Amino acid sequence: MTDTSPLLAIRGLHKSFGGLQAVRAFDLDVTPGAIVGLIGPNGSGKTTVLNLVTGEIAADGGSVRLAGQEMIGLPAFRICRARIARTFQLVRILPGMTTRENVLVGRLFGAAPVALEPARRDVDALLHRVGLAERAEQPGAQLTYIDQKRVELARALATQPRVLLLDEWLAGLNPSELQIGIALIRQVRSEGITVVMIEHVMEAIRALCDHVVVMSAGALIAAGAPDAVLRDPEVARVYLGDDDA
Amino acid sequence: MADKALVRWGIAVVAIAVLAAVPLMVSAYTVSLFISMLAYISLATAWAFFSGRTRYISLATAAFVGIGTYTVAVLSDHLPLPVVLAIAPAVGFAIAFGIGLSTLRLSGVYFVIFTFGLAELIKQLVIWFEINQTKTLARYIFVNASGTLIYELLLATAVVVIAGVWWLSRAPLGYALRVIGEDEMVARHAGIDTTRVKVLVFAATSAVMSLVGAILSLRYTYVDPNIGFNSLVSFQVLIMALLGGIGRPWGPALGAIPLVLLFELLSGTFPHHFGIALGLCFVVIVYYLPGGVMGLVDRWREW
Amino acid sequence: MVLFEAVLSGVLVGGMYGLIALGLNLQYGIARMMNLAYGEALMGGAFTAFWFFTLWRIDPLASMLFSVPVAFVGNWLIYRYLLTPLVRRAANQDVLEADTILVTFGLLFVFQGLALVQWGGEYRGYTYLALPVNLLGATVAFNRLLAFAAAVALALILYWLLRATRLGTAMRAIAIDPVAAQLVAIDVPRLSALAFATGGAIMAVAGTLVSMFLSFNASIGIVYTLKALIVVIMGGVGRMLGCLMAGLLLGVAEALGAYLVDPGLTLAINFALFLLVLLVRPQGLFSRG
Repeated sequence: MTDTSPLLAIRGLHKSFGGLQAVRAFDLDVTPGAIVGLIGPNGSGKTTVLNLVTGEIAADGGSVRLAGQEMIGLPAFRICRARIARTFQLVRILPGMTTRENVLVGRLFGAAPVALEPARRDVDALLHRVGLAERAEQPGAQLTYIDQKRVELARALATQPRVLLLDEWLAGLNPSELQIGIALIRQVRSEGITVVMIEHVMEAIRALCDHVVVMSAGALIAAGAPDAVLRDPEVARVYLGDDDA
Repeated sequence: MADKALVRWGIAVVAIAVLAAVPLMVSAYTVSLFISMLAYISLATAWAFFSGRTRYISLATAAFVGIGTYTVAVLSDHLPLPVVLAIAPAVGFAIAFGIGLSTLRLSGVYFVIFTFGLAELIKQLVIWFEINQTKTLARYIFVNASGTLIYELLLATAVVVIAGVWWLSRAPLGYALRVIGEDEMVARHAGIDTTRVKVLVFAATSAVMSLVGAILSLRYTYVDPNIGFNSLVSFQVLIMALLGGIGRPWGPALGAIPLVLLFELLSGTFPHHFGIALGLCFVVIVYYLPGGVMGLVDRWREW
Repeated sequence: MVLFEAVLSGVLVGGMYGLIALGLNLQYGIARMMNLAYGEALMGGAFTAFWFFTLWRIDPLASMLFSVPVAFVGNWLIYRYLLTPLVRRAANQDVLEADTILVTFGLLFVFQGLALVQWGGEYRGYTYLALPVNLLGATVAFNRLLAFAAAVALALILYWLLRATRLGTAMRAIAIDPVAAQLVAIDVPRLSALAFATGGAIMAVAGTLVSMFLSFNASIGIVYTLKALIVVIMGGVGRMLGCLMAGLLLGVAEALGAYLVDPGLTLAINFALFLLVLLVRPQGLFSRG
């Protein structure tokens, strides 16, 4: 009997900053093993949703349940240890630490407790899986852009998540790097991790996502299979503006 | 690999034994100089372990040293010395823990402001207490402690502090502190309980400062609030740690040793102008540093 | 009746606290400098007024003709030659803040040290216009009233300048986003220097006003820097009216504490209030959301 109850269930999530409603009544069910796309124009609230789910910002109300456990109200580090991991919109590499050390942080604190030596071995294996084995000793500040992205991914994976939230992780990649990135995300899913990806790169959304939801001005305006959603005239309208739709 | 570690340990043990024998071999003045050095080595190392790594700059070193001094001044008549020397760091820990809980959950600015004013605040409270209780600001310490005893106590403290910092730097805690300093948001989302780490390490390092203050106070017979809470101490410790190097366990000690000598010389030659000279030198050095003051912090990597 | 007098006197001092917080807002909010040596300009203003009055019988208010320009130019020089290189070298805002804190901490010792060497550590004071005046049934000293009126007047002028003039609007733009301000051709370095210098000048004024009715010594700089910091945090960085109100609140809290508990515990009251705000509403009592 397959488990079809959602792994991540978001209900009625909302947040206002002063007079501005950044997120209103956001609902989402994420089934285990799915890749869900979250798209929408800039400023529509996508990253805010991510920040609310990961505990970076306090929600005004609503519920976020991971396998039934309520996440709202927990501090960020507890949510990480509850197996929700994330990457950041602007890559946040620790420049003074090596690649290995950057990823080690995730393994040491975000996953099951472990001693330093076994942790290092786990990290080396992980670096190998994302293609960073040769860069293990390089300081973070010297890495190329795509390698920095890999490090962020590896660090998130090191926390042994059940759900991985990617914030525009494929942004700024050239076509061949994009293919590498898409393949990596597929590999992550094949390891049993559920993915929610905020993206603007529609090619990736089409290639990867089982389910897509669209936000505009804080509200959900569409949800469904990628092809259907991307053909929705309402979606085109919020992306392109009324004049060009 | 094991041989290299064994050799290192061997050297360390011999060095400590030699240092412990120093008071038997040199003049009382030299012992006094060494006492200052050992005290500042502990203070600078403790300061660097928290403020240097997490970038939460504490300006309260003088406050915690003063807490140690006054614990001895108030309790040494009533309790045996070992008990008093145990209470001093406990008081420092408790106060730092309270400050940490209130300010370290928020951005670093609040912490700096709080530590900036802490020495003044405690000084005012002590003055108020003294005026109401004893009607005088003067306190007398009548503990009979030889220079050798103070020296050995401070040597032991310095050894424990440096060994502790060395060991913890290699442990997960060391990593956690570095990550908090480099990017606290990453730290939170990598599963680090940043508040707990910051508060506990701040409290522990402040306890060390109070212990040093308590031991140091044994060399004086007279203390008053202005002597006990001298903000210049916070500044000196800061300079020693920054110029000695924050990334390495030995770094602050390497900064403390020459600077203690230099400051002894300066304050001996220009007793009233010492603070001015210190401030000016620091400002001038910073002016010429290419990466600013915090550039010094980034230059040093782990051993 | 006496309680009312205490509260009133607290309000009057609070006007001063509001003023010094405004000056710090200029230095921290616009010029983005956390200046720990801020209070030294106040100390300088107080001593200048003291020496002008006791040595040459010159009105303390007239001494401002000397101390204010000196404070203005001095702060401008510090910003232009000492702090601007830090701005250029800092990798990001956090690093800049740390650098500024450390450098101004050093400056504090230079100025405090100079004052201690020149004038010693004893408390000074003088009597000027200490005539009793009847206000709302209570008796207050005229000098306190005068100081309050001057502080409020200056604060309102500043507020108006920032709101209603082009220069002020440009400064507020810098406070919100210095990069964006630069992009719309606002001369950020020059205006930041101006804001910083004005902050120092305000402190000189505050020092003169305060010296009329409070005693002071070479070491009070730290205390007033602290008060300014605490008031700015309570009122909200960049919120002018909020800082004025927070200043009044601090003054009244101190007066109540002095009256009900003990006059020797003013710093403790400052910190208690600070802690309370931190625990309850760290973004400031008067800021929105």
